[in-house]
Amino acid sequence: MSDLDDLRRTLPMVGAEPAILDDTRIAHVVAHGHRILSRRTVPGVRVELEETPDALVGTLTVEAGAQIAQPIHMCFGLAHPTGAQHIKIDVKMCEGAQARVLSHCLFPLAQAAEHRMQAVMEIGPGASLTYTEGHYHGPHGGMRVIPHATIKIGQGARYFSDFSLLSGSVGTLDIDYLVEVDADGLAELSAKIFAHKTDYITLKEAVMLRGDRSRSLIKTRVVLEGQAQADIVGITEAYAAGARGHVDCMEIVQGLAHASAIPIVRVFHPEAKVTHEAAIGSVDKKELETLMARGLSPEQAVEMIVSGILR
Amino acid sequence: MPVPLLDITGLTFEADHRPILDRLDLSIQPGEIHALLGANGSGKTTLAYVLMGCEGYAPSGGRILFDGTDLIPLKMYERARLGLTLAWQEPARFEGVTVREYLSLGKPDADPAEALSHVGLDPARYLHRRVDKALSGGERHRIELASVLSMHPKLAILDEPSAGIDMLSISHIIGIIRAVKAGGGSVLLITHQEEVALIADRASQLCAGRIIFSGSPRDAVDHFRGRACVRCDGEECHYVRP
Repeated sequence: MSDLDDLRRTLPMVGAEPAILDDTRIAHVVAHGHRILSRRTVPGVRVELEETPDALVGTLTVEAGAQIAQPIHMCFGLAHPTGAQHIKIDVKMCEGAQARVLSHCLFPLAQAAEHRMQAVMEIGPGASLTYTEGHYHGPHGGMRVIPHATIKIGQGARYFSDFSLLSGSVGTLDIDYLVEVDADGLAELSAKIFAHKTDYITLKEAVMLRGDRSRSLIKTRVVLEGQAQADIVGITEAYAAGARGHVDCMEIVQGLAHASAIPIVRVFHPEAKVTHEAAIGSVDKKELETLMARGLSPEQAVEMIVSGILR
Repeated sequence: MPVPLLDITGLTFEADHRPILDRLDLSIQPGEIHALLGANGSGKTTLAYVLMGCEGYAPSGGRILFDGTDLIPLKMYERARLGLTLAWQEPARFEGVTVREYLSLGKPDADPAEALSHVGLDPARYLHRRVDKALSGGERHRIELASVLSMHPKLAILDEPSAGIDMLSISHIIGIIRAVKAGGGSVLLITHQEEVALIADRASQLCAGRIIFSGSPRDAVDHFRGRACVRCDGEECHYVRP
């Protein structure tokens, strides 16, 4: 079986259908390590990726005014227990463009593997990008994932990101995002992670509200069990009139797991406002008892609460 | 006299060496709506938690028979599976859980739409919503009652079911209490609202952890109004006979 077949078969682990790669209306890139196995573009989308010995390097461009009806699928991964994948990509949403990118990061057999992503995203004036990133790292916990991104959101532009890693082991995850928002721009960053065993997560998301009336939300939901650890930092700084930001972090800790959550909010303009909420703890007792009073066992009740939080 | 569905004798619960429930006796018949009245701090909600088996509410004495089964050794969900349930005065919120899922808990054959209609909420507007903080207090309360109805319980303990409900919607709350009874269930109705208490078949007044009066709802309401405790702080009953 080829590497492409192996990655295709794993797509359902992140909620995607393998058949999307056969659909001629849908743009996609499939890369195994530093090799591109499959690619397709559609009108309005340009994918220029180059294979190098050390990295995949290139750009994804959505042309000005283009409204891409079908999501663009970017499927990265390794079908072997070991190896490395390094991706340096610039994503450019030209003025008025609209697109949805689904990034599937698949490492089903990882025992000692690494995936490193360095991205620069530019969301042009009035453009909109929804970036959904689903990860599956297999059961072994031998994956190391380091996604770092700088995102610039232009005037009146909108950026929505949703990172999820909900099944299998996490391994080591080190996310570092920096987002700059111009006037009337909007950034919503959401991350949902379920960590087990000795998984270790560091997650740092920083939003700089530079423009008037710029807005942002950082929402993080992390559930930890076993001996997993998480250190979460959500930063929002507001520099302009009418800027509004909110940081919302919730971590559920079970077993011997432990977690920290640090919301940092800074305001540099008298007409700006940033709020935050952070909660770390075990499953809420009242929620648990309410479900048990309807006949759910403690295990069923915890599962329902956790799956709701990670939804 | 038929065998009571709920038969409580000598129930005692202490917190910090103080009796909150003090050798309490109470029985509820199958199909009965029983209102429980009492001043703040008299022990009504504590009784609800002890009956449901909430954590930290194990009684230090007495007996609770439910449909012939001794409840005290049972865990909370085991009590629920026998047909006992509790609607909290301040219902919990659940991030991500839809109203449809919440109303189907443990009951794959439940009809969430019908339960919502009973509490006056439009299923088309509410089934897909989440049981989270976006719901108002009144909406959340009504969904809680709908979830109780979905369970078809033998005994529903409703702790202040009309708290936070607007006057026009009280009729829906009364309707759902009657619907539990119509389905063959009983209700232990903890309330401060006379209009709600008067729909009961019987009523009792609780004071400093003891039942001090049982009778018709009208008599119990009059008793509570006319001879209410001046103050029940749990240390002493201040009930004064006329």
